[in-house]
Amino acid sequence: MTETAPVPTASPSSLRLIATLAGIAIMSGLLVALAAEFTREPILKNRREALEKAVFTVLPEATARKNFLLNESGLTPLGDDAISEANCYAGYNESGELVGVAIEASARGYQDVVKILYGYNPHTNCILGFTVLQSSETPGLGDRVETDPDFLANFACLEATLNEAGTDLKNQIVTVKNGTKKHPWQIDAISGATVTSTAIGTALQKSTTKLLPLIHKVEPEFAQ
Amino acid sequence: MKDPRIPDPLSWSVFTQGIWRDNPVFVMLLGLCPLLAVTNTAMNALAMGLATTFVLVCSGTLVSLLQRVIPKQVRIAAYIIIIATFVTIVDYAIQAISLDLHKALGAFIQLIVVNCVILGRAEAYASKNPVVNAIVNAFGMGVGFTLALLSLGIVREIIGSGSLFGIDLFGAQFQPWAVFVLPPGGFFVLAFWLFVFSLMRKRKETRAKQEEVARAA
Amino acid sequence: MQPDSLTFIFLNAFVINNFVLAMFLGLCPFLGVSGKIKTAANMGLAVVFVMLVSSSSAYGINLLLAKFNLEFLRLICYIAVIASAVQLVEMAIKKFSPALFRALGIFLPLITTNCAILGLALFQTNREYNFPQSLAFSVGAGAGFTLALVLMAGLREKLELADVPDVVTSAALALTLGGLLSLAFMGFAGLGG
Repeated sequence: MTETAPVPTASPSSLRLIATLAGIAIMSGLLVALAAEFTREPILKNRREALEKAVFTVLPEATARKNFLLNESGLTPLGDDAISEANCYAGYNESGELVGVAIEASARGYQDVVKILYGYNPHTNCILGFTVLQSSETPGLGDRVETDPDFLANFACLEATLNEAGTDLKNQIVTVKNGTKKHPWQIDAISGATVTSTAIGTALQKSTTKLLPLIHKVEPEFAQ
Repeated sequence: MKDPRIPDPLSWSVFTQGIWRDNPVFVMLLGLCPLLAVTNTAMNALAMGLATTFVLVCSGTLVSLLQRVIPKQVRIAAYIIIIATFVTIVDYAIQAISLDLHKALGAFIQLIVVNCVILGRAEAYASKNPVVNAIVNAFGMGVGFTLALLSLGIVREIIGSGSLFGIDLFGAQFQPWAVFVLPPGGFFVLAFWLFVFSLMRKRKETRAKQEEVARAA
Repeated sequence: MQPDSLTFIFLNAFVINNFVLAMFLGLCPFLGVSGKIKTAANMGLAVVFVMLVSSSSAYGINLLLAKFNLEFLRLICYIAVIASAVQLVEMAIKKFSPALFRALGIFLPLITTNCAILGLALFQTNREYNFPQSLAFSVGAGAGFTLALVLMAGLREKLELADVPDVVTSAALALTLGGLLSLAFMGFAGLGG
């Protein structure tokens, strides 16, 4: 049996190498740009739906929502698509009255950052509830903050009243050990999931201290 | 010795090669990073398997189509660009289909690009065989990879969460063994499967040896 | 400790969410190069260097892409940068230590497909770290990777003298060890407050 000798191939010029790579890169760029364009609408729709669901979960009486940007300089209304720029979402009931404001907050949990959306009613000074947007907490332990009925009962009306000057909360929101809750601004932790429970409390405390005074200052602007 | 320049004829084994004989995970030990990371539930495992199969097939097709055009010296760089393209496409597709799934799989979708299985197949097979063979082989490898992912995902989800594909199996009294959906569990379950396969292989070998001895007698 | 402080980011990547044992990145070299402590340590060093270079480049590229609204090209650019960084490190090692170059063998160019490097770039982008934070993150991740590798190598060196049954393949054994190490590292959770 004769072995055919390998045919020696001439080494291609550098120009050929660069040209091939460039050609492939251009083709790739085009394909990806096409895919990005094609999926832009569905992705935006998904984001909008996820946000709606979250806002209506924390503001159960709301039937309509509007996006806002809230910072030191004031309240700026944003369009319906401006989901990533908005940090504050107002919920209105059928008569157009403001039922509450949904705000994002985050704090470090057991594994990674826990991001929540919480609902606040400026008329009753209550935090109405929260929903977890992003968390990688321990399944069966840390993730019980979403389902444990005793923990969720903390939020029937978690007190978040401002002090007289309106510059900060009268009492900071804090998570306390399971079974030691005495005041309406405390959160009773889940026994065995202290770190995650504390994360929720810290997230709320940080966010309320910063944003609640601002919300009260611009409250009339929320009206439709 | 098979001349590597002669492409494989299209046959059933081109497809099944990736499922059992050369399973990318259990035999070649490739693609372990996504394997352990996304198999905490069966659904994630399945989604990751499908996404990887998509990238395998598409990149294999393109590499095979361009095999005469890509010079040998820059082939790895070219393959990586092609693979990255399809991974980006799959990333956008998953976001458009389900944001929850995208959040669950996280950065590991984009990490498909460094899954050694895909680059390995492009280099070892797709670049040397006609398009149809490349597609069939890539598909087989994808199926093998998905089966491996599922074998871990199903075990980890049942023991670690008491559910399968989100459907609760055992009711509220079941105390799930949480460590199995955590990182150590991934290591242990994979080690367990490798051990099982090694046992099966050993048994096959001893039986073959016994038959040989019996025949010689 | 503040969650965005540099010390915490370093600690997080180093032990709390160790890249190999908690995030499952970099498993191929973890199983492949952890036979001897010296090789593992050297591989770790090479990876730290590649991580630093890739992390800084990724930060720069991301700024550029964001400016021109070309985010969809991010993955392709990252992988190109990583491949170049690895090429650089390979040439440097070949020149300064041919023995090390031979010892690392195929695993040196394989750093390109090491999920840890790309994972580093992707995570730092997702978490929107600024430049000092990215550096702390990459040093922590590289150190954590080296730590995991060296620990594994130490264990495997000891096990070579042990009487392990035939049926247990070296991969299954290494993975079980990895699982035990991962379990041990879970004890670091909650470190830093």
